[in-house]
Amino acid sequence: MNNVKDKYNHLIMHIVLLSYTLICIFPVYLLVNNSFKKRRAIFKEPLSLPTEETFSLVGFTKMFSRVDFSIYFYNSTFVTLTTLFLVLLFGAMAAWALSEYKFKGNTMLGLYLAFGIMLPIKLGTVSILQLLSSMNLVNTLTGLVIVYTAQSLPLAIWILTEFMKQVNQELKEAARCDGVNEYQLFFYIILPLMRPPLATVAVFTMVPVWNDLWWPLVLAPSGGKQTVILGMQQYIGQYVTNWNAVFASLSTALIPILIFYMIFSRQLIRSITSGAVK
Amino acid sequence: MKKRFPLHILVFLFPACFIYTLFMIFPLFDTIRISLFTQNLMGENMDNSSNIRAFIGFRNYYDLFTNENWSWHFWNALKNNTYFFLLHVSIQTPIGLLIAAFLSSKDLRFKHTYRTLIFLPAMMSIVIVGYLFNLILSNLWGIPQTILGVVGLEHLYQPWLGLKGPALITISLISIWQFVGIPMMLFYAALLNIPDEILDAAKIDGSGPMTTFWFVKFPLILPTVGLMVILTYVGNYNAFDLIFAMKSLYAGPEYSTDLMGTFFYRTFFGFQMQLGNPTMGATVASTTFGIILLGVLIYLFAFQQRVTRYQY
Repeated sequence: MNNVKDKYNHLIMHIVLLSYTLICIFPVYLLVNNSFKKRRAIFKEPLSLPTEETFSLVGFTKMFSRVDFSIYFYNSTFVTLTTLFLVLLFGAMAAWALSEYKFKGNTMLGLYLAFGIMLPIKLGTVSILQLLSSMNLVNTLTGLVIVYTAQSLPLAIWILTEFMKQVNQELKEAARCDGVNEYQLFFYIILPLMRPPLATVAVFTMVPVWNDLWWPLVLAPSGGKQTVILGMQQYIGQYVTNWNAVFASLSTALIPILIFYMIFSRQLIRSITSGAVK
Repeated sequence: MKKRFPLHILVFLFPACFIYTLFMIFPLFDTIRISLFTQNLMGENMDNSSNIRAFIGFRNYYDLFTNENWSWHFWNALKNNTYFFLLHVSIQTPIGLLIAAFLSSKDLRFKHTYRTLIFLPAMMSIVIVGYLFNLILSNLWGIPQTILGVVGLEHLYQPWLGLKGPALITISLISIWQFVGIPMMLFYAALLNIPDEILDAAKIDGSGPMTTFWFVKFPLILPTVGLMVILTYVGNYNAFDLIFAMKSLYAGPEYSTDLMGTFFYRTFFGFQMQLGNPTMGATVASTTFGIILLGVLIYLFAFQQRVTRYQY
């Protein structure tokens, strides 16, 4: 009796979850699917997959003939990876100091750094723009990297501090007894142990940086320093009536994230559910 | 002699603290300082390119709240933004909770697949989502008509994005569609953390799935629900990309989809006939900062302090 009821409950859950999953992926399907079709097919049969007859890359060829997306890809990749490197290095260093050493003001400093998790850096735009233009960093990738690093550090430090507190005390003491200095201890012993939480921080850092529109729009809107998202936005603004080109550029901007998510979704979901963000 | 602060601690702390302080904390407070100045030395709509600024105290705030040039847009954006937030909380949270509750039930098949796919939109750039839904809801393409037609409700179709009332609701629903994965994940993680013994005990006491959910699980994950609400609050009062992609800076029709973020951008950089005004922009940003801070403080002191936390 109970078993029948369980089966019935599961059936309802599957129906609800499946319908909601379809709602989630249907727009993505429409986008990717239609970017590989001829214009007529986009309008006539938007839902069907491209066939031999309707398949076409006209949107992509058109787009790549007008703008050099490879520059935008280079810019986005450079900004994202440099930010990632700085956030992981500086974040781990600060987290190590906060979790390992007892010094005056340790708790206060931890709170001060955690403050930034809740505060959106966007609200400092007027001042940041002034500051960066006085440093001649407007329309440079360096400017973007600096802002993104500042924005990503608080969460990185907070997550990493939690994990560093759990490192075995005896291991550290043993290393110190062997005459390892504090820098060696951190770089050769602690950092390699921190690979899983560093991977978590990496995902949380990279995705918002890659997807961001605000800072490229404010800090690097022109001069070939646009990121993929901004370049796509500017391109669509000009060719809004060419549906093939619009679909192609949206797909081009989306596909790297789709691939990234396919590779890292397990890692990402595991790190969320294992309590990295409590 | 005073003990010297160990050098290696400074070395470890310095880079992060320096960048964070100079490029995040300083600008936030410097923005508040800038908001107390004006560049309009000669009255309204003068050239703003000069760098001479005069201290005027809280005059900008007074103008923002009461002067017709600004106040209509400000109160309008604030009202829309509040509506945007309330729609998120009242729709996104229950959907996220429902999906998380289903996913956390034992031996349900395909839960990994569901989870991965439902979270997928949250990974996409908001700009892509905005343009994509502009196409999907466009009259030219006719996707909603087709879908409504399947169930015989074609007459319900309207150009939602172009109508004053429905536009903001439609955009909110798109944003909710995109980010439902985040509450789902947080609630799911919280539900998984509930120890089996508690649930077994409830079962033995004769509590059914509904009762168990509302009287055992829900109170246990209430802190996570509170966290989600405040995260949504901060995110919503900071939203910009979606309106910019779907409606550009016009935030049409008739500014009915204008949010604090788009209003801030227009004020700071200028729009159409209106010149950019950095000090007024700083005033808008500081006001938003105050609104967000108020929400966070209410959360920290009124909610987080009072809600019962259970340690397992």
